[in-house]
Amino acid sequence: MGEYVLETVPAYNSLTVFFDTGKIKYSSVVTDLKEIYATKDQKLLTANRIWKIPVCYDKEFGLDLGNLAKIKKLTREKIISLHTGPLYDMYFIGFLPGFLYLGGLPKVLEQPRKDKPRLKINKGDVAIAGNQTGIYPRTSPGGWNIIGNSPLSFFNVDEFPPCFAVSGDKVKFIQVDKIKHEEIKKQVEAGDYQIESEIHG
Amino acid sequence: MDNNILILSEGLHTSIQDLGRKGYRSYGVPISGAMDKYSAILANKLLNNDEKLPVMEMTLMGPKILFEDHSLIVITGADMSPELNGEPMKMNFVYEVKTSDVLSFGTLKTGARSYLGVKGGFQTENKLKSFSYYDGITSKEKVQKGDRLRIASFDADLQVSSSKIKVKSAHFNEKELEVTKGPEFNRLTKKHRELLFSKEFKIDPHHNRMGYQLKNKFPPIKNDGIITSTTIPGTVQLTPSGKLIIMMRDCPTTGGYPRILQLTDIAINQLAQKKENDVLKFDLESSFDFLGRLVSRFKD
Repeated sequence: MGEYVLETVPAYNSLTVFFDTGKIKYSSVVTDLKEIYATKDQKLLTANRIWKIPVCYDKEFGLDLGNLAKIKKLTREKIISLHTGPLYDMYFIGFLPGFLYLGGLPKVLEQPRKDKPRLKINKGDVAIAGNQTGIYPRTSPGGWNIIGNSPLSFFNVDEFPPCFAVSGDKVKFIQVDKIKHEEIKKQVEAGDYQIESEIHG
Repeated sequence: MDNNILILSEGLHTSIQDLGRKGYRSYGVPISGAMDKYSAILANKLLNNDEKLPVMEMTLMGPKILFEDHSLIVITGADMSPELNGEPMKMNFVYEVKTSDVLSFGTLKTGARSYLGVKGGFQTENKLKSFSYYDGITSKEKVQKGDRLRIASFDADLQVSSSKIKVKSAHFNEKELEVTKGPEFNRLTKKHRELLFSKEFKIDPHHNRMGYQLKNKFPPIKNDGIITSTTIPGTVQLTPSGKLIIMMRDCPTTGGYPRILQLTDIAINQLAQKKENDVLKFDLESSFDFLGRLVSRFKD
């Protein structure tokens, strides 16, 4: 298929295949895809990393953390321990360059989008909307509930690939304090921060 | 030596665009590229350029530009009454410009987006294999006053072509946009479909390179959320509040609203030449669905 596939876009339960209509007709692509699908029991595992993402849940960053704790009748500490608990599945990147769609948010942390979206959500803000949690790769408007901030860069236009994680990887949030957050941020800006990761089985 | 142009005033939304940034959608990077590809390609063809070379896209109100060197230029797309040193210019016609010449624009007569092509193309930053401006990918999101943009050096031996192309007026005033069925088309009721293909829709003030929102309220559909999936330029989404949004070249790579229709590439170019309060209809007749299969209007 390599000779006619231009690019593919994975999402939760779909894979969009863009192909060169000048090279092949639609029905032949379908035949090829069906053939691949028939061999789906042959697992091709290319993604197997657990990325450790430092997040500071300090009041300064977690603008909605206090409110979320109030709604859920939990302490801030409990919310943080629930959020840092799971190994999140990295399904795909979409919406904005470098925005990771993560699955596996504990049910008790599920919270609808805010009624009034914020005009500005900062780069690195870690947020919750519905049953999803994610990290804003750059400053943008948005309606998600902000609970912390990560000092990492999730999209680097001058590197290839521009994102470190790929679909199928896993993500673990690691709580850091404000001092550590600042320290990592400086290292990231200087280009000498190595994101921690390990192989998972 | 570098050849440059200097931006004296920036216009409403001016940017450098080529035919788009392909191959990075799985990283969440939009395709981008000229909103009206037809006019962008035409500008390059008239200059005997490769059609993929970057051009300047100007929206509703044009910039004022000082040429610091010689070049050949052409203006295509929307007629924004271009003038060279105060003299009216013809559309789709190649002009030779010299050092200190000033290009300016006046009243918008037709369309919404105008394209400035230069011989050899603009030589601005190339990021992820494209020159198209996009916030966070290129260092600039739009051309601003005081910017000095590099253009290809001018070869004095080049002949100015005298051919003038007449662009069909339908490109600017075609009301019926050709569409195919979107992946969630079958969620629409018969009533929805009748409304969708009989009504005239008006363009909302919220229209930009990312998308065009339509003014009319449309009845929302039940179970209207979809699991987030791919959106592409031309995808028509129906929001829970009953708004229709047509995705354009800078649209996000994925979205969570039902994708009820898909504009053909010609229709995207035509929409790119429309502005607030312009009217459009969706035309599905004798058309293909989003997978290229021939369909009839009210059949699933």
